[in-house]
Amino acid sequence: MKYVDEFRNRRHIAVLAELIAKEATRDYTFMEVCGGHTAAIHRFGIPSLLPPHVRLISGPGCPVCVTSARHIDALTALASGEDMTVALFGDLMRVPGTLMTPAEARAEGADVRLVLSAHEALELARLNPERKVVFSAIGFETTAPGTAVTVMQAYSEGIDNFFVLNAHKVMPPAMEVILREGTQIDGFICPGHVAVITGSAAFEFIPRKYGLACVVTGFEPTDILSAVMMLIRQVNRSRPSVEIQYRRAVSVAGNIKAQGYMNEVFEPADVEWRGLGVIPLSGLRLRDTYRHFDAAVFPVYLPESARPNGCICGDILRGVSRPPDCELFASLCTPDHPEGACMVSDEGSCNTWYKYHSHE
Amino acid sequence: MCLSLPARVIAIEGDMAEVSVGGAVFKAGLQMVDDVTVGDYVLLHAGFAIEKLKEEDALETLRLLQEMDDAISK
Ligand code: SF4
Repeated sequence: MKYVDEFRNRRHIAVLAELIAKEATRDYTFMEVCGGHTAAIHRFGIPSLLPPHVRLISGPGCPVCVTSARHIDALTALASGEDMTVALFGDLMRVPGTLMTPAEARAEGADVRLVLSAHEALELARLNPERKVVFSAIGFETTAPGTAVTVMQAYSEGIDNFFVLNAHKVMPPAMEVILREGTQIDGFICPGHVAVITGSAAFEFIPRKYGLACVVTGFEPTDILSAVMMLIRQVNRSRPSVEIQYRRAVSVAGNIKAQGYMNEVFEPADVEWRGLGVIPLSGLRLRDTYRHFDAAVFPVYLPESARPNGCICGDILRGVSRPPDCELFASLCTPDHPEGACMVSDEGSCNTWYKYHSHE
Repeated sequence: MCLSLPARVIAIEGDMAEVSVGGAVFKAGLQMVDDVTVGDYVLLHAGFAIEKLKEEDALETLRLLQEMDDAISK
């Protein structure tokens, strides 16, 4: 068992497509929330396996895409400090802030480092005691526990030159905002790796309060097609619930240990999402015990946020527009010259569309 | 960056493991998972093992797919 090829069986893919075609008796629109799902759906050509009346639309689950311009502005401002090092995940490098991208800040001499994990950022702090190392903490419930573990490590080692510029977010409140704002969908393909941590229970409010179908699924083609079939069945039977297709990784209760680290270090807070605005209690802030690791202790000058450049990432993240609806798509905005965050990240809708659809 | 991949544990030292994703070797913090041994598969996300993959459940999912296949081929 390698947990990859087994779930890419061509025969099973064909059978699932056949079953879906048979059971899809009306129009259906399902939203995949996770950017990883968006990328997988297009990579495996899932839309071409579905009847035209079964539509999949993308939601706000690409952590790079929803990171606010202010976060980038703060990062580049911090990085220009003389004894400052900023450590970030590679995808953030080319995300436009108000004035510049982190890559541009680096070209101007700022100390911007790529890391693969929060560990590596802490290691930079250990190795460079004369510098202040700021880790750009982005990501959802999947990533936040790793930041929490690292902050606890820094605390127990008494490291005083490690800081976190925190933009962690949690998914369920954003899904609720999308429903409240009236995006019309029949159900959610729930974010599989968020659910590894939170458990499927985190989505129970969706069928209960909004009467919509939910399936937590994996990232291989038979996973995604199985989820679509399960969603269609829920809709056809008018029995919305939260089902787990991704049983090899997800349980109802989730990863209790990881939840424990998150709760130890963070408390819920309001936070800004690019394109969606401030969503109450959708963010995580360091608790008092760990507050001295917050990079907010450094005063930085932030420019007035103004980016009226025609980018409609916000509408795309809410599922009301698609990338080709944007006037800049594939003309002024490309992966080499991104105007918006959705074109930068491998999991961004615009980037994914550009890669797989731009020649259609 | 939000990608999480199945990774095979190839060595463990304290809280850290070396894991392999199709031959590429990465480091993974083991703080969030219990009872991991060499040979197990974990989900690797941003430098941490966020869960141990459950073989029994994976096999069950595959069995259901095969059942569907058999039913339709009849
Ligand atoms: S194509 Fe570019 S400018 Fe248009 S919405 Fe996407 S990221 Fe923004």
